[in-house]
Amino acid sequence: MHNHHEVGTVDSSSLLGLGILISCLILPYLIAVYASNKKKRKWPLYRIVLWSAGIVCISLSILGPIAKMAHTSFQAHMATHLLLGMLGPLLLVFSAPMTLLVRTLPVRFARKVSKFLKSTYIQFVSHPITASILNIGGLWILYTTDLFNLMHSSTVLYIFIHFHVFLAGYIFTVSMINVDLSPRRTSFQLRAVVLVLAMAGHSILSKWIYANPPVGIEQADAKVGAMLMYYGGDLIDLIIVIAVCAQYFKLKQPEPVLLKA
Amino acid sequence: MEKNKNDDALNLWSGVFFGVGIVAFLDEAVFHQLLHWHHFYDKATLSVGLISDGLFHAFSWFATVAGLFMLAQLRKRNVWKKQKWIGSLLLGAGVFQLYDGTIQHKLMKIHQIRYNVEIFYYDLTWNVIAILLIIIGTVLIKKKSSVPHPKVGGMNA
Repeated sequence: MHNHHEVGTVDSSSLLGLGILISCLILPYLIAVYASNKKKRKWPLYRIVLWSAGIVCISLSILGPIAKMAHTSFQAHMATHLLLGMLGPLLLVFSAPMTLLVRTLPVRFARKVSKFLKSTYIQFVSHPITASILNIGGLWILYTTDLFNLMHSSTVLYIFIHFHVFLAGYIFTVSMINVDLSPRRTSFQLRAVVLVLAMAGHSILSKWIYANPPVGIEQADAKVGAMLMYYGGDLIDLIIVIAVCAQYFKLKQPEPVLLKA
Repeated sequence: MEKNKNDDALNLWSGVFFGVGIVAFLDEAVFHQLLHWHHFYDKATLSVGLISDGLFHAFSWFATVAGLFMLAQLRKRNVWKKQKWIGSLLLGAGVFQLYDGTIQHKLMKIHQIRYNVEIFYYDLTWNVIAILLIIIGTVLIKKKSSVPHPKVGGMNA
């Protein structure tokens, strides 16, 4: 994993790989939209854009120049972490892939999907508290133990951790925002409290990293990476906060004052 | 008048939330980013300071957004009480600034207002401003509104 010494140079094969990965992940969504449009109301274009953008974020953190730099630079690592665990999932959730899937599949399979989403396991994992622990707790384990160091010497661990970061980020976002078919709806108050705690956990961890860089990371590199985590995380969390509040206050909206008076 | 009571509470909380949010925002924008007086991290910080800082940092984002949504709702329903709301804003801002200036800066040592200066005068100014904000805010909330509240179907009493 450490054989990439020509950091910064872009080789065409890795770009080709990136292009193929992006195409392969966008294509199924497009096919589903095509199938769904034939039967039902037209699927909005902005959702296709959101899905594509989300896929680009995730792919960039797996393959290509930034992913490559992430092996040696902590700042680049943190950038991929933001793309893979926060921005990517956020964009994907807003593109409502589960809704699209259920709309596209034959009824028999669609029922299976919604049954799966209602299963005890999914219900448990996607509860805001569980999802936050999986998401933020996972990060604490990654950066405050030896795991970060071990990750760079084991490919299996590397893949597992990246998969976890994405999945935990995705489930966390789903547990907060009701856009897609969600396994369950929890109260605004619960989500508000858990969201604030999760955001706090994220910013505390970034300051902790600032002060205690992971083994093998230079102080200066760790500081910039930690600040990227702090402020980048803020920016994406802010979008989640706005979405959570917007949905709640929209629900409360039309108060017939004039009729009551 | 159950409803009026709820509206009062909403006015109060909307203002307080937004006040906390404004102070946190100014703190970040002015003292961290523009002046570079505050430091991102101070080695003297106690663990509890790091936690308190993180919690308030997260809460202030949430408070800004929620406070503004509450304001939108108040205005939409035509029950916004400007004076009470501004009073609440100053109160929220003052309480948070006082907490930041005493407990967070001094007790938990998350960072000082400025480094390599005689800090006492900075702390004094900071906390006096906080107390003034609290006093003015409370007065505005308690004071009978001088401007009559916009008519809501003749419910002014």
